[in-house]
Amino acid sequence: MNTLVCISHVPDTTAKINFTSDGHSLDATGVQFVINPYDEFGLTKALHLKESLGGTITVLNVGGPETEPTLRKALAIGADQAVRIDAIPSDAITVAQNIKNHISANSYDLIICGQESIDYNGQQVPAMIAALLQLPFTNACVGLDLSGSEATTKAEIDGGHATFKATLPMVIGGKKGIVEEKDLRIPNMRGIMSARSKPLKIEMAVEGVAPTKAVSFDKPVVKTAVRMIDPENVEELVRLLHEEAKAI
Amino acid sequence: MSIFVYVEDWNGAYKKSSFEAVSYARIWANSLNTSVTALTSSVVSNPSVLGEYGADQVLTFEIAKTGFGLAQQLQALIQNASGVVISGTNFGKSVAPAFTALSSGALSSNTTSTPITISPLTVKRGAFSSKGIETIELSSEMPIICFVPNSIGVQEFPTACTVTETQAEGNDLLSVEEITIASGKIALPEADVVVSAGRGLKGPEHWGMIEALADVLGAATACSKPVSDIGWRPHNEHVGQTGIQVNPNLYIAIGISGAIQHLAGVSASKTIVVVNTDPEAPFFKAADYGIVGDAFQVVPKLVDTLRAFKADQ
Ligand SMILES: Cc1cc2nc3c(=O)[nH]c(=O)nc-3n(C[C@H](O)[C@H](O)[C@H](O)COP(=O)(O)OP(=O)(O)OC[C@H]3O[C@@H](n4cnc5c(N)ncnc54)[C@H](O)[C@@H]3O)c2cc1C
Ligand SMILES: Nc1ncnc2c1ncn2[C@@H]1O[C@H](COP(=O)(O)O)[C@@H](O)[C@H]1O
Repeated sequence: MNTLVCISHVPDTTAKINFTSDGHSLDATGVQFVINPYDEFGLTKALHLKESLGGTITVLNVGGPETEPTLRKALAIGADQAVRIDAIPSDAITVAQNIKNHISANSYDLIICGQESIDYNGQQVPAMIAALLQLPFTNACVGLDLSGSEATTKAEIDGGHATFKATLPMVIGGKKGIVEEKDLRIPNMRGIMSARSKPLKIEMAVEGVAPTKAVSFDKPVVKTAVRMIDPENVEELVRLLHEEAKAI
Repeated sequence: MSIFVYVEDWNGAYKKSSFEAVSYARIWANSLNTSVTALTSSVVSNPSVLGEYGADQVLTFEIAKTGFGLAQQLQALIQNASGVVISGTNFGKSVAPAFTALSSGALSSNTTSTPITISPLTVKRGAFSSKGIETIELSSEMPIICFVPNSIGVQEFPTACTVTETQAEGNDLLSVEEITIASGKIALPEADVVVSAGRGLKGPEHWGMIEALADVLGAATACSKPVSDIGWRPHNEHVGQTGIQVNPNLYIAIGISGAIQHLAGVSASKTIVVVNTDPEAPFFKAADYGIVGDAFQVVPKLVDTLRAFKADQ
C-alpha cells in the first residue's frame, strides 16, 4: 500500500490574518504555519492503513523552502519520506499539474488530500489532480474502507451522505471522519529524532502559466458595535430583526 | 458566445441556489451583451422556469452521477462560451475543478461577488476562512465561477426561453452505492437562517428548544466543533474554520463563546445574534444583536415570541 499524502502549509487556525501594505499578499510576520488541519486527518488515515497493510507513506508539498518544517513535522508523525516540489503555489491548477507529474512518475495506490486548504479555501486541487489523471475521486470524504483494491468511500453531500465504490488508485479530499479527532497523531520525541534522518527530496517544478492571479486582499469590514438587548425583552429583538435587519 | 450555467437539481426539483446560479449568469451575460445557456438534468419537469431568472435557452440531458462524469459532459456541451457558472454546493465543488482541469480553464471558487471588472475579469472570493477577501483575476478563454450559495441572492430576469433535449458522454469513475438524506432538514450551506448552539447547552438533551427555534424560523441547525466532537450533534452540523462555512442572512449563536476558529466559518453571515451568559464572551464583538442571559430562559421565550410574530404575519 503506497500512499501519497498531499499537504498544504497554512497559517495556524488561531492566526490573526493581515495583508502586506500593498495589499498583494498575506503578511506572514508573526504567523505560525502548520499542516493544514484537513491533511492531518489524511496523514493519520495513511498511518492506519500502513499499520494494517504495510507499504510506505510519502508526504508531498508544492511550495518554497519555508514549508520544509511542515514536511518534517509530517515525517515526525510517521510518514516515511517527503517530497517538496519547488514552486510558489499561487494557483490551484499549476499545483495540481505538478502533483500529477509526480504521481505519474511514481506509483501510488492511494492519493489522500484534504477537502480544502484553510488559507485560500480553494477546494480545487484534489478534484483537479483526479481529473488530470482520470482517477476516481471522492470529495468531502468522511469514510474510507479498503478491501484489496476495492475502495468504499463515504462522502458528505448537501443534507446527507453518499457511499461510493471505486477501484484503486483513487484520490480523496478527506476531512474529520476518515479518522476521528481523538485518533490524530502528534509527533513524539522518537518521531522527531527519526524525522531528521528520513529523506526529504526536492523536485523541480514545471512552471506553467497560471490562469488566475490574486490582484489584492482586503479585510472584511468590521461590524459596528453590538446592540445589547435586555433578556427580559426578546420582543425587542424580534422587532429589530424584522424592522432593522430585515432578517425575518 | 454565451454564458453557460450548470443548474443543479435535487431529485428533479431545483433548489434556491439553482436559481441563484442562473441569476448570476444573467448578470454576467448582461455585462457582455450576450445570452445565457442553462444546462440541466432531463429529470426536471419544469426546466423552462429557468427563464424567469434569465436563461435564454435550456439544454437538458441525462446527467452523470459523479462530478467527473458531469465535468466531461459539460466539456462536450459547452462550446463558444464566454464563461461558466456553477453553484458552490457540495456537488458543484467536485464538478467545477474537474471541468476546469479538463477545459484548461481558470476557476474562481468560493466566489462571493458578481464580476467587478469584465476585461480583465475580476471577482471577489473568500479567503483565509472569511478573515480575508481576495480579488482574483481570471485570464483564460474559459473563465469558470463557482459561487457561494446565498452570496448574491436569487434575482428575477424574466426571459423568453427555449428548452432543447440533448445528450452527452460522461464517464463515472466510481459507482454510487447509497445515498441517505436526513429528511425534512434544511441543508446548512444553503440555509437563509441558521440556529447554532455550543457547549453552553450542557448536553444533547437540551437541543429540543434549539430545534423548536429553528423550526419557527425555517432555519437549519448547526453547532460548534466541541459539540460534534463529544457526539451531542452530528459532524455535519459542525460549522467553523474546520467545518462547514456558512453565510446566511441570520445566524443565531446560543451558548457559543466565539473562538476565532468558530468565527472564521460564520462571520460572513449578514446578521448575527448572540445569546450568552458571559458578557465578556468574544462572540459579542462579532455580533449585531446580543443578549446576556441564560439560554434556558431566553430561548423558550424567543420561540414563543417568534411564534406569535409569525402568526401575525
Ligand atoms: C485546529 C482547531 C480548529 C478548530 N475549528 C473549529 C471550528 O471549525 N468550529 C468551532 O466551533 N470550533 C473550532 N475549534 C474550537 C474552538 O477553538 C473552540 O474551542 C470552540 O469553538 C468552543 O466551542 P463552544 O463555544 O461551544 O464552547 P465553549 O468555549 O466552552 O463556550 C461555551 C459558551 O457558552 C456560554 N454559556 C454557558 N452556559 C450558558 C447558558 N446557560 N446560556 C448561554 N450561554 C451559556 C459560556 O459563557 C461560553 O461562552 C477549533 C480548534 C482548533 C484547535
Ligand atoms: N501546495 C500544495 N502542496 C501539496 N498539496 C496541496 C497544495 N495545495 C493544496 N494541496 C492539497 O489539496 C487539498 C485541498 O487544497 P485546496 O484545493 O487548495 O483547497 C489540501 O488539503 C492538500 O491536500
